[in-house]
Amino acid sequence: MSAFFRVAWLVLRKDLTVEMRSFEIVSTSLFFAVSCVLFFAVAFVQEGRALDGASAGILWIAIAFAGTLALGRTFERERQAETLRALLLAPADRPAIYVGKLAGIVALLAVTEVVLVPLIAYLFQAGFLARPLWMLAVLVSGTLGYCAVGTLFAAMLVRARSRDVLLPILLYPITIPVIIAGVRATAALIEPQPDLEIVRFWLSLLVAYDVVFVTLALWSFEPLMTD
Amino acid sequence: MFAVSPLLIAQAPFESTMGLVQKISYYHMPAAWMFLVAAIVCGVASIRFLFTGSIRHDRVAWGAAELVVLFGALALVTGPLWARKAWGVWWVWDVRLTSSLMGWMVAVAYLLVRKYGGPGSDKLAAGLSLFGMANVPFIYISVNYWRTIHPKTTVIPKLPLEMGVPFWFCTATFLLLFVLLLRMRVRLEEQRARLDALYLALD
Repeated sequence: MSAFFRVAWLVLRKDLTVEMRSFEIVSTSLFFAVSCVLFFAVAFVQEGRALDGASAGILWIAIAFAGTLALGRTFERERQAETLRALLLAPADRPAIYVGKLAGIVALLAVTEVVLVPLIAYLFQAGFLARPLWMLAVLVSGTLGYCAVGTLFAAMLVRARSRDVLLPILLYPITIPVIIAGVRATAALIEPQPDLEIVRFWLSLLVAYDVVFVTLALWSFEPLMTD
Repeated sequence: MFAVSPLLIAQAPFESTMGLVQKISYYHMPAAWMFLVAAIVCGVASIRFLFTGSIRHDRVAWGAAELVVLFGALALVTGPLWARKAWGVWWVWDVRLTSSLMGWMVAVAYLLVRKYGGPGSDKLAAGLSLFGMANVPFIYISVNYWRTIHPKTTVIPKLPLEMGVPFWFCTATFLLLFVLLLRMRVRLEEQRARLDALYLALD
């Protein structure tokens, strides 16, 4: 078991080191997400007042778009240098490689969210930060669920033609429940008098989704990644 | 069976398209059921392909995915036609409607991957349908939290005889059509593979 986590940690550390030296994924996906939010702000903020209930949706759309970009790039980098093959040839558990990759992408998206959440809260006068712990729980579980599916599909798509087009096509229908639950939980949370029962329901749905899809991905990563 | 089912199809419309809007359900429900059956066949065949590597299961999954799109399109077109009259709107974000639409989208994505994915797309598509199957309960729970107005399937055993007969007749017809199309599609794929093998043997 400790060997499993050591491999996962090594993959994570490698990804973060590469990212620290280039800042490629963080800077591009962050810039992309911020420009998305600015588009929405231009469209939905009129005379200084934001549309009711738009902010939760905009936050999750921006996360989903930035996530697609980040997922595509992390594996594109592995493909260009043929390092994914080296990773798969290494005498390591395939699921451990998956866990390391997943942790890396969640970490990169977390950096994006640290900027996105205050930005949207500011532009749309949304009280994202009124209950920071709940918000953190919703963001973490939602991002994990989205990336759990995304990492698997992005890894499988490395060898496919037209992978940039196929990733969103595969990813978005599958992650609809995550986006529904994330948007509903966030929307319930930023009400002036939030109904924590509702937030708890959506949060537990998100956690259940995370558990099922991470398990499923760990189980199917091995047969899916064999040549 | 191959010869009889087109005749059944030709007979079915006489029973079902007699004016009233409700009659559309003779086609809507069997189509929706076959949509479900095809989705289950596709998912099970994909899992078996993934873990046994047998190309036969892959062909079944591919054929079933095409039928998911076909019957799903039928159900998704006839449904709103009925809903426009019954509910006054074309579409509501209801459990069944949303999960059907998502299932249909996953099947379309499956076909897109098969067509444009290039080498290795068979495994990719199998993974997609595996995750698509796992997705259904989550969509169900998440949308069920909102209200549902779609009629329950419990009305079917209570159908009076004169409505029950054409209904079950249409269901049987759709089931036969489904089996026929699936077998034809799998055979087409087998023959194509054999032709490729022969072509390679010529060189």
